[in-house]
Amino acid sequence: MSSDLDVFVGNTTLIDEEVYRLWLDGHSVAEAVARRLRGGLLEREATSVAVLQSDTRDHYRTFQMLERLLHAPPRLLQQLLFQIPPERQALLVQRYYAFDEALARELLGKKLSKGTKKELDEVSARTGVGIRSCRRQFDNFKRVFKAVEELRGPLAENIQQLFLLPPSLARDYAAIVFFANSRFETGKRRLQFLSFGDFAACAQSMMAHWSQGALAPEAAEPDGDLPKSFLQDLKELKVLVTDKDLLDQHKSLVCSALRGKISVYNELEANFKVIEPCRSDKWSPGDLRLFLQHYTAAPRNLPGFRHQALWERYMAAISACLLRMFHD
Amino acid sequence: MPGKLKVKIVAGRHLPVMDRASDLTDAFVEVKFGNTTFKTDVYPKSLNPQWNSEWFKFEVDDEELQDEPLQITVLDHDTYSANDAIGKVYIDIDPLLYSEAATVISGWFPIYDTIHGIRGEINVVVKVDLFNDLNRFRQSSCGVKFFCTTSIPKCYRAVVIHGFVEELVVNEDPEYQWIDRIRTPRASNEARQRLISLMSGELQRKIGLKVLEMRGNAVVGYLQCFDLEGESGLVVRAIGTACTLDKLSNTSAFLPACNSPSKEMKEIPFNEDPNPNTYSSGPSTPLKNQTYSFSPSKSYSRQSSSSDTDLSLTPKTGMGSGSAGKEGGPFKTLLRQQTQSALEQREFPFFTLTTFPPGFLVHVGGVVSARSVKLLDRIHNPDEPETRDAWWAEIRQEIKSHAKALGCHAVVGYSESTSICEEVCILSASGTAAVLNPRFLQDGTMEGCLEQRLSWQPGFFSIGSEKGEVDFFPQSQDSSSLLGIEEASPPGCGFCHIPYDELNMPFPAHLTYCYNCRKQKVPDVLFTTIDLPVEAIVVGKGCLIQARLCRLKKKAQAEANATSISNLLPFMEYEVHTQLMNKLKLRGMNALFGLRIQITVGENMLMGLASATGVYLAALPTPGGIQIAGKTPNDGTYEQHISHMQKKINDTIAKNKELYEINPPELPEEIIGSPIPEPRQRSRLLRSQSESSDEVTELDLSHGKKDAFVLEIDDTDAMEDVHSLLTDVPPPSGFYSCNTEIMPGINNWTPEIQMFTAVRVSRLSNINPTNQTLNKNFNDLCENLLKSLYFKLRSMVPCCLCHVNFTVALPEDELVQIAVTAVAITYDKNQALQANKAPTEKSQQRASTDNEEQLQFPLELCSDPLSSQPFSPAKEVLEGASSHTGIPAAQRATSVDYSSFADRCNSWIELIKLKAQTIRRGSIKTTTSLEKASPLAEGYLRHRSVPSGTNSTVSVVKMTPLSFLPGAKITKYLGIINMFFIRETTSLREEGGVSGFLHAFIAEVFAMVRAHVAALGGNAVVSYIMKQCVFMENPNKNQAQCLINVSGDAVVFVRESELEVLPPQPAAAAQPTGAAGDVTT
Repeated sequence: MSSDLDVFVGNTTLIDEEVYRLWLDGHSVAEAVARRLRGGLLEREATSVAVLQSDTRDHYRTFQMLERLLHAPPRLLQQLLFQIPPERQALLVQRYYAFDEALARELLGKKLSKGTKKELDEVSARTGVGIRSCRRQFDNFKRVFKAVEELRGPLAENIQQLFLLPPSLARDYAAIVFFANSRFETGKRRLQFLSFGDFAACAQSMMAHWSQGALAPEAAEPDGDLPKSFLQDLKELKVLVTDKDLLDQHKSLVCSALRGKISVYNELEANFKVIEPCRSDKWSPGDLRLFLQHYTAAPRNLPGFRHQALWERYMAAISACLLRMFHD
Repeated sequence: MPGKLKVKIVAGRHLPVMDRASDLTDAFVEVKFGNTTFKTDVYPKSLNPQWNSEWFKFEVDDEELQDEPLQITVLDHDTYSANDAIGKVYIDIDPLLYSEAATVISGWFPIYDTIHGIRGEINVVVKVDLFNDLNRFRQSSCGVKFFCTTSIPKCYRAVVIHGFVEELVVNEDPEYQWIDRIRTPRASNEARQRLISLMSGELQRKIGLKVLEMRGNAVVGYLQCFDLEGESGLVVRAIGTACTLDKLSNTSAFLPACNSPSKEMKEIPFNEDPNPNTYSSGPSTPLKNQTYSFSPSKSYSRQSSSSDTDLSLTPKTGMGSGSAGKEGGPFKTLLRQQTQSALEQREFPFFTLTTFPPGFLVHVGGVVSARSVKLLDRIHNPDEPETRDAWWAEIRQEIKSHAKALGCHAVVGYSESTSICEEVCILSASGTAAVLNPRFLQDGTMEGCLEQRLSWQPGFFSIGSEKGEVDFFPQSQDSSSLLGIEEASPPGCGFCHIPYDELNMPFPAHLTYCYNCRKQKVPDVLFTTIDLPVEAIVVGKGCLIQARLCRLKKKAQAEANATSISNLLPFMEYEVHTQLMNKLKLRGMNALFGLRIQITVGENMLMGLASATGVYLAALPTPGGIQIAGKTPNDGTYEQHISHMQKKINDTIAKNKELYEINPPELPEEIIGSPIPEPRQRSRLLRSQSESSDEVTELDLSHGKKDAFVLEIDDTDAMEDVHSLLTDVPPPSGFYSCNTEIMPGINNWTPEIQMFTAVRVSRLSNINPTNQTLNKNFNDLCENLLKSLYFKLRSMVPCCLCHVNFTVALPEDELVQIAVTAVAITYDKNQALQANKAPTEKSQQRASTDNEEQLQFPLELCSDPLSSQPFSPAKEVLEGASSHTGIPAAQRATSVDYSSFADRCNSWIELIKLKAQTIRRGSIKTTTSLEKASPLAEGYLRHRSVPSGTNSTVSVVKMTPLSFLPGAKITKYLGIINMFFIRETTSLREEGGVSGFLHAFIAEVFAMVRAHVAALGGNAVVSYIMKQCVFMENPNKNQAQCLINVSGDAVVFVRESELEVLPPQPAAAAQPTGAAGDVTT
């Protein structure tokens, strides 16, 4: 006697967190049942494999029907088809949009295009995240990217509004969108040691200091794009590097200011601009912070340097990034 | 023009993309009622159109208002080709036709298409203005209230229970009309949906007319069903119990809207009343007001007496002063005369109610049932559905005579059903023969009656019943002895006492003196179709008992087929009965409640499924065990096997007794419950089968001379029967189940509920099926389904599955379809644990003290707890209190509304319970809050408090097959929900196969029910039932079709905890809090 049709529908939609996890991880019904069996559910509940299969199928069907709504979480709140208590709705959305950092790190700065999606097989192999889950997460990134691409105002808040995500998750998505937009190359070997979290923090400080929204909240351009005018202005700062005179003066100003305050003073001169030497020379984060402070402040005393405000805006983000990157 | 219907189309949202090019939709709406259609403007290029239309006004007859549904069609405008339909919304405006239900229907409705399912939502506002036109109510019955609930609705009082009303209408099924060959499936489905909606409206109106004729104002226990007879047509039939109800919460009488269009009427009587004092000084009781409030509509009631007619004009005075319970002494004779004339019209003393006020049910005789096999032929003249009427009349007559044979003059818990396969139809009716006691209130507990009316408690029969049912009373026979019973027998056992003559029993039965009162005779087992009476004294807990059976039958045509079915029926009934009896004994119980036997006919087999809730009634003797006897006693191994089986059975009985806490008080003088079986089988079943030729076969169910409790194993079949007895696995720990409203023995419900529907279709794959293998398959199917439900709902433990309702269908040759609807309700574990602590000796004590307390129950409850127990939240005190009062209260807790004493004291008990619950909840919180404390959730919640335009949360609507919501008070009944949907697909695989298709459809049906309830301003559906779920598939064509019919009562409820805090504003408090307290599974 085989069951052709087998459904269970509750007035309040039943959500099994474990099965949801398995579904999100991209397991098939059979795999999910196998995993649930391994979890010892059978013994605990004194039930049968058939019951477990039927239950898993029911949940999978529900999730498949819910997926369409999860693509636009505000609709999940408005829809009438499934009666789900608010805290359960929140859980569904959060779990659906949660991502593997390893995967996000791999995709950071890449164009969220079909081409990239085709490469997901490799990414899946490298990160150990199931391919179906990879695709779902990639689609999430892309969906969020598309939705906020053209929107004004703070990126993280927009994402929070449109996808009803908790603030921290929304900030992470903002970072992903920021990198995808500005295509920073994060795949370079020298940057391999940096985690997704590091980059996310960097993106946040860059957006906080450099974006248009940071200067004028009603700005026309989305926060994900760095304002062109700002990038233009940055060229002016090149003078600090290109002008040998200014460079030397800058250096000596910083050095004199820091004399006696930093334990590794001897190597100081060699350390301008680069982070790797600092690491190899075992600077303490405190030292670096102090150094950056003075490095930022010093040009004020440089004769003929007129871009102090711009410089400080530039350095605020750079300092934050460097400090974040400066870890073991 | 007695009415004006006004409709406003506000907006749409989440519409589907209808124009591929632009990814948008140019939507407009057609609003149709009767033959009038209005259209909104086209709202171009939007999936969220804002029509904000004017008020579309339909001026219509009230007859039309009752029959027609409001049809709203959403379309996509297309300049070059025909406009595409997006979907439809049917709105039943009936709830707007009585003054006390909803005043406006307003909200978001899912836009439904029979091919695509739900496609977006539409916001609609509907109002009705009724004009006061007293002269023309010939055809309409506006204002008669309908309730699916099979008890007196919670915020009403029954003034009179008039009795049985029935009606049926027939039509051709659009699916089988010639035109169906050329039109699209969508058009065909819509024609069908519309027709059934129209027929239900018509049926309801006709029933309403009958109710008005009986001078009632409501139908309780309304059950409407469809018979899809295929080629021969479509039958919509309904039964119910006509009542005169009186709303409890406000002082104005409940008057039909048509007679008293809302406000105007309430003023008019006062203004026109020439001399109100004349009547208020006299014995103007609510009864009179009720009885005559309809007089304007009925010419003959005017003739009755001039003073009566005038009384109708003074509704308020009656309620105010008459409520003190001055009996209408001088009016009694008059009333009786009128009742007699009413009774002459009453052909069938049937009641579709399953729950009654304590004492109303004097005796219960047993189950009466009748079945008849009919051959369907085309209904030639839809306007005169006489054949179908005659069929049912015949069956009802049979039921009536069965009841008489049991010494009973009434049938309660009455229901009717059909099973159709091709051109053969089995009509079934069943109920419980009973003697009702209208005098109880008058003679026995006059004071109780007084008290009750003073305290204005709900759901109690008042003076009215004394007149209404006088003539049922078997006065001729033994009125004197009955009077004796009334005085002597305590309420807890009276209904068990036999109504029939001991010396002239209708069937062989073993009688003993009642184990409770020792004064009257009781049978050894009792089967009923009603709910456990609230006053019944029960030992331990109850449980769901099912008998399942398959019988193969040869495929045959017409007459031959009907004959073979008729021949099989008696055997099936017999076996179902035997199974029930054995399973009951196996659980150590002695009574069945809520018994429902379903016989389903298929092409090559018949299936029988009986469900009931077993209990141990303290008044009935302890059941004996089950003994197995082998036929070949010489065989040693065989003997060994037998003894092994016997041991297994004995173990099971012992285990079940422990599981269900069945520890009856020991009675030293007469130990009848010896393990040695009694010599005869007693049957409470009287039934008959009649074939199309109307032959009636009576069956002796006494098993001849065989010993009922001895199972003889003479062949392998019998062996398997015994095995199958033992295969019923008890529910996992923490679960109980029953098919009645409440679970006997559990009373500390917590508010968490989960209503669900599960459907399974299984293929019987045997090549050469035998009855045995089929039985086993069917048994497994049911058991597995139950197991699956327990697993699904494991997070709710400890909980009870209530009102478990199985329906079996045989859609095709080898397919069996089972649909289950039930509700899981959590209960407080602490008390359950407490009960477990005292396993044996203590519970025996408890049971015996139980009895004592039952005897003096009203006194104890009223005086003792209120005076001697100082209120204190301390736990010990609470538990102390509950050990005094909790146990007797236990058995009535969920339905306390019926009892005046219980009710008055109840509020106090509930106060304790509530406090206790809050304490317990506090301690539980530590575990449940784990999940909520996750940082993500917290963040999200924080975020959600940030205002955002999209956060319009959908209001929660609870659904339950029960007539109540635990921990809540129903403050308003908004009207009946009766919905019929068809869903069809031609892309079955793409929609996830049969399971995906049906899963989505059931979810859609729930959603549409919830949306309608919410639009009426309600927050729950009670007495919800899925009456039909017809599923057909054609996998080869990638097609499937399903029809679902559901009904229930839309209500507004308020949490009891909030009632205490905010008593004056119930409706406003209801909705948001209903949401907050909802299930988290």
